Amino acid sequence: MKRYSAFAIAREALNYHTGWSRAWASPEPKKRYDVVIIGAGGHGLATAYYLGKNFGITNVAVIEKGWLGGGNTGRNTTIIRSNYLQDPSAAIYEKARSLYEDLSQDINYNVMFSPRGVMMLAQTQHEIRGYQRTAHANALQGVQTEFIGPERVKELVPIIDINGPRYPVLGALWQPRGGTARHDAVAWGYARACSAMGMDIIQQCEVTGVRTENGKVAGVDTTKGAIDCDKLGVVVAGHSGVLAEKAGFRLPLESVALQALVSEPIKPCMDVVVMANTVHGYMSQSDKGEMVIGGGTDGYNNYTQRGSFHHIEETVRALIETFPMISRLKMLRQWGGIVDVTGDRSPILSKTPVEGCFINCGWGTGGFKAIPGSGWGMAELMATGHSPLTEAFSLDRFKEGRFIDESVAAGVAH
Amino acid sequence: MLILHCPYCGVDADETELSPGGEAHLKRFGPGSSDEDFQDYLFARENPRGVHFERWRHAAGCGKWFHAARSTDTLEVFGTYSAQTTEPPKEICDRISGKRPGWTWRLFG
Ligand SMILES: Cc1cc2nc3c(=O)[nH]c(=O)nc-3n(C[C@H](O)[C@H](O)[C@H](O)COP(=O)(O)OP(=O)(O)OC[C@H]3O[C@@H](n4cnc5c(N)ncnc54)[C@H](O)[C@@H]3O)c2cc1C
Ligand SMILES: [Zn+2]
Repeated sequence: MKRYSAFAIAREALNYHTGWSRAWASPEPKKRYDVVIIGAGGHGLATAYYLGKNFGITNVAVIEKGWLGGGNTGRNTTIIRSNYLQDPSAAIYEKARSLYEDLSQDINYNVMFSPRGVMMLAQTQHEIRGYQRTAHANALQGVQTEFIGPERVKELVPIIDINGPRYPVLGALWQPRGGTARHDAVAWGYARACSAMGMDIIQQCEVTGVRTENGKVAGVDTTKGAIDCDKLGVVVAGHSGVLAEKAGFRLPLESVALQALVSEPIKPCMDVVVMANTVHGYMSQSDKGEMVIGGGTDGYNNYTQRGSFHHIEETVRALIETFPMISRLKMLRQWGGIVDVTGDRSPILSKTPVEGCFINCGWGTGGFKAIPGSGWGMAELMATGHSPLTEAFSLDRFKEGRFIDESVAAGVAH
Repeated sequence: MLILHCPYCGVDADETELSPGGEAHLKRFGPGSSDEDFQDYLFARENPRGVHFERWRHAAGCGKWFHAARSTDTLEVFGTYSAQTTEPPKEICDRISGKRPGWTWRLFG
């Protein structure tokens, strides 16, 4: 792999940019790998990357039925924050956020991490109390957040109407080092780094079955033939239920559609991320100038990557109340992704009833922010059988009643 | 827009009139059951890509609960039926079999 750098651009310019090699190789699958990861989204690729980087395990294949990053990783609104309530969440989301800080240097790929600040508006008395509680919890967890008043909100976001008729802005939970990153770049950067370590990323290859011998994983059947492996990581977000069924167990989650939309590009008007959980909408401005908007999930199971239009309408209606100046913006694109939602709104990073088969799922509406931390913990879990980052997120928490309730922190979908 | 026929009041209701109520025909496990059964009853879900049975409530209409048979990969609706039953009626199952030969869902199909 050739290093990307300013010098490389200058050098290649002299060759009319004919000397660049492909960012990652597209090999045919081998017969056997030490580790097979199903799903080349951010979480699958990050798991592979840290298996190689932290544990020297590089005989790894990442198998993707479509194109890498084409799932939720390429469909999300890229909000990165770690202001959750419970300690296990704070640990894994803050690990991820801190890894994002220098991810571009680490994987030599510009993921455009922009710690512009994330603001969660408090628009009811209940929310004020909730976010003050979160701010105190975050202080104890070492996550930098603070509760700010409405004047400071207005100072940071001049386009906001803090005196809205129904839901005035009463304050906000402010995480100054939260922000956004380029979602595709996160997938592409990890893929390139994995490929450079000799791992195989196999796209357009669907896993159709999980083979087991005596309760232990033996390999997978794919549309490109059978592949043996010692360990298997299932990292397929919305399709986790489908893959779990193939492996012979059920999961405590359901797949629903979550949508987002972007406006026509306008001049810079808002340089932080604003989330309004009471009215169910959130917004940020991309580098291209588009307002990136998201809202809530649909209420019923769906695998079609198309959501219900009335949710878009509700989100936009709510945001117009808080940001009156966007009322005449034209919306350019709208899309959906299938998110895997658990009962306590926390992910599952766990061993499974099948020995050697691990699962990383349940990130639902908010897993983009967690990609580096999740990959870090999942790699440790798969390599050593134990990780302090993932321990609390095991499958048996449902049986044991150890929920990690983040229904408040997860608020709207993000 | 998802449109479901309410078997009680006979209205073809838009999804904005309806509240989703999750997976249908759960078998209840209570005190005295094993931890596994209780966990599965509370949390484990079929979450199929394909034929699915759900509970819905005609919330902004007659207010009644009913069942729907739907496909989660095409959004096709196979039919709706009474909530006063522990399994989908034969007529609905036959209709699904006509369109999706070999389908299964938990113990039915
Ligand atoms: C509209 C929207 C907005 C969002 N906004 C945010 C946000 O602002 N901030 C945030 O933190 N999170 C957000 N999220 C959530 C976030 O996108 C996801 O949690 C995260 O991307 C999940 O990553 P993943 O790698 O687990 O899954 P994915 O990126 O979905 O990757 C899973 C991959 O598995 C593949 N796969 C499935 N089945 C098979 C099979 N049988 N064989 C082979 N491959 C298979 C799929 O093709 C897919 O590429 C949002 C999601 C959506 C849909
Ligand atoms: Zn009715």
